[in-house]
Amino acid sequence: MSMVNITIDGKPVQVPEGTTVLEAAKQVGIDIPTLCYLKGVNEIGACRMCLVEIKGAKALQAACVYPVAEGNEIYTASPVVKEARRINLELLLSNHKRECLTCVRNKNCELQTLAEELNITDLEFEGEKCDLPLDETSPSLVRDPQKCIACRRCVAACRNIQKIGVIDAVNRGFTTTISPAFGLGLGEVACVNCGQCLVACPVGAITEQSSIRQVWNAIADPDKVVLVQTAPAVRAAIGEEFGMPIGTAATKQMVGAMLGLGFDKVFDTDTAADLTILEEGTELLQRLQNGGKLPLITSCSPGWIKYCEHYYPDFLDNLSSCKSPHEMFGAVLKTYYAEKNNIDPSKIVTVSIMPCTAKKFEAKRPELGDKGLQDVDYVLTTRELAKMIREARIEFTKCEGEFESPFGPASGAGVIFGATGGVMEAALRTVADILTGQDLQDIEYHDVRGLQGIKEASVKVGDLEVKLAVAHGLGNASALLDKIRAGEAEYHFVEIMACPGGCVNGGGQPIQPARIRNWVNIPQLRGQALYEEDRNLPIRKSHKNPVIMKNLYEDWLGEPGSEQAHHLLHTTYTARDKF
Amino acid sequence: MSKRRTVDITDQQLKAINDIIDKYKDMQGALIPTLHDVQEYFGYLPIEVQKIVSEGLGIPLAEIYGVVTFYTQFSTQPKGQYTVSVCLGTACYVKGSGKILEKFEEILGIKAGEVTDDGMFGIEACRCVGACGLAPVAMINGEVYGRLVQADVQGICDKYMNE
Ligand code: SF4
Ligand code: SF4
Ligand code: SF4
Ligand code: FES
Repeated sequence: MSMVNITIDGKPVQVPEGTTVLEAAKQVGIDIPTLCYLKGVNEIGACRMCLVEIKGAKALQAACVYPVAEGNEIYTASPVVKEARRINLELLLSNHKRECLTCVRNKNCELQTLAEELNITDLEFEGEKCDLPLDETSPSLVRDPQKCIACRRCVAACRNIQKIGVIDAVNRGFTTTISPAFGLGLGEVACVNCGQCLVACPVGAITEQSSIRQVWNAIADPDKVVLVQTAPAVRAAIGEEFGMPIGTAATKQMVGAMLGLGFDKVFDTDTAADLTILEEGTELLQRLQNGGKLPLITSCSPGWIKYCEHYYPDFLDNLSSCKSPHEMFGAVLKTYYAEKNNIDPSKIVTVSIMPCTAKKFEAKRPELGDKGLQDVDYVLTTRELAKMIREARIEFTKCEGEFESPFGPASGAGVIFGATGGVMEAALRTVADILTGQDLQDIEYHDVRGLQGIKEASVKVGDLEVKLAVAHGLGNASALLDKIRAGEAEYHFVEIMACPGGCVNGGGQPIQPARIRNWVNIPQLRGQALYEEDRNLPIRKSHKNPVIMKNLYEDWLGEPGSEQAHHLLHTTYTARDKF
Repeated sequence: MSKRRTVDITDQQLKAINDIIDKYKDMQGALIPTLHDVQEYFGYLPIEVQKIVSEGLGIPLAEIYGVVTFYTQFSTQPKGQYTVSVCLGTACYVKGSGKILEKFEEILGIKAGEVTDDGMFGIEACRCVGACGLAPVAMINGEVYGRLVQADVQGICDKYMNE
């Protein structure tokens, strides 16, 4: 590719032809404000916040989409540029429902940040406000059209990354809003609750359905035993909410802080991930040996499950019947744990801290419960947990704590569940040992790690050549399923996660603004934190987890795949309408 | 969102719509010509029809709805026998055409963009019709009514109801 020479604010820089002004400026340390631009997701030049002056050009240009050409002389902070940006921002603000003090995105809002950075101290005009009501039809997400600035980042995340497209821009001009078709609510269309739209949104126009109040109430109720569990990916990101660098594993601080919140017990979902591996590994072996439906596809990601139900119902029989790990754990807590500790199960409140908004919907599925009790009562996102910790004025970074027995510590296999390829790798560690009858030492399956959209591998376990595929992000999942459907590829075992990068990049995770997200590989850093934790654990295989093997199987469930295990730990799926 | 009538699509209609889809399917930018022809055939584009187009072209329903609501040539409602167009251009608006629109909505029991259940009246808000001298202005199937006050509206509606 040929290089071009340009100057930005007088600084000479050489970049490949076709580089955008924004990227070129970044290279020389010049920070151009943006709002609608999300690298690789939404590159449509719509908001005009990133305007720059290019000598000789008639109009100001949007830096996020304008490709540089040889000899360009670019000015990013001239008076005309600053004035144009200021007017654009004031227009946006003038019809925005400005209520920062009581907004869920207060202090983490790109619009608010820009208003401060561009030194907007007064608005000369008050625009007409949108009067569309809140959309609260979804059990996972809430949309507030009055805060939407129509940047379309959510639309792009849903349509281009997830290849779903249940939200889009409707109407035109001033009345443009972002909404599902025919003014329906998100809960009334084939949305899978993944929350990728939410983490893409620069403002408070899409948020989670919060359960913070209900959880505080349960904690305050002396009659209730509140048992909380945290998913693997939460520890890899929650530190970001408290100023720790992206990619810090903050396990100790997190557990310590949670004990401070007043939960009765703090457990690790990773333990249940180990349990999942034993159940799912058994299922895989059975299907391989008895000619069951293949490929077996993982079922841990509720966004993926709902996607399959809506868009690929012909694959429902391929899904593992295993409940997702936190649901298994919920069922164990309300049966085994209740019995062992003489607690009336109806007094137990199970809370799951998840990197995921789809889990909020999942927890409400009628099939995920027994005897009138839901396995999991409340799901909080990583962000909601952080809010509770701040509300309790706990100094997160100074906390220390350990997950509680009898369910800790989990194996390293359980920890890596949070990254794409992790479930596959964890299952392989166990299945390979079972098939070979050995305690294999070579347990890192690097072919299934990393952020390539679809990963394929063929692994020899014992005499068996097992063909694997891993997809993350539903756009990739769709491409993979189309291939399988068309008979162009055959696999034995497939892992699918709804979110790009896996749970570490889930819709419930801390929101990093575009100015970070555009330049830092967040899923990779968070994933590394999990792989590192795995490497440092003494037990790295699920079937070596003594709690699972001794307490749960020997004393209670019998064997993996037993009738009792099926009753409590497995579930069923329903085909749903595509619209 | 107001209450939505469900529309039954006959097999014959389904086939005709699918034929139109097949005609454009493999072409770049198939959506707009498809919607155009389907509307010409069906008269308007209710959700049931948009779903068929979505399925046929493999384009998400929300995107199709976005396009339908973006271009004024498309309509999600059947046209009424009489279309009341109230001008909301600046001159009319300043002279109170908003109130006139409200009166029409109140008397006919529908909102702008909707059609009465008997299919007789539809109401549209429109941009300047070039009769600013007569502001505020409404038109019914091309017939212009100017310098309106709210009290005129009932009489105008009656005239068409009795026709
Ligand atoms: S979305 Fe941002 S600017 Fe709007 S009220 Fe919330 S914090 Fe303030
Ligand atoms: S939650 Fe996922 S499927 Fe639903 S609108 Fe957002 S991105 Fe689309
Ligand atoms: S909901 Fe958020 S991401 Fe979507 S268009 Fe509105 S402001 Fe942008
Ligand atoms: S137009 Fe460049 S960031 Fe929106």
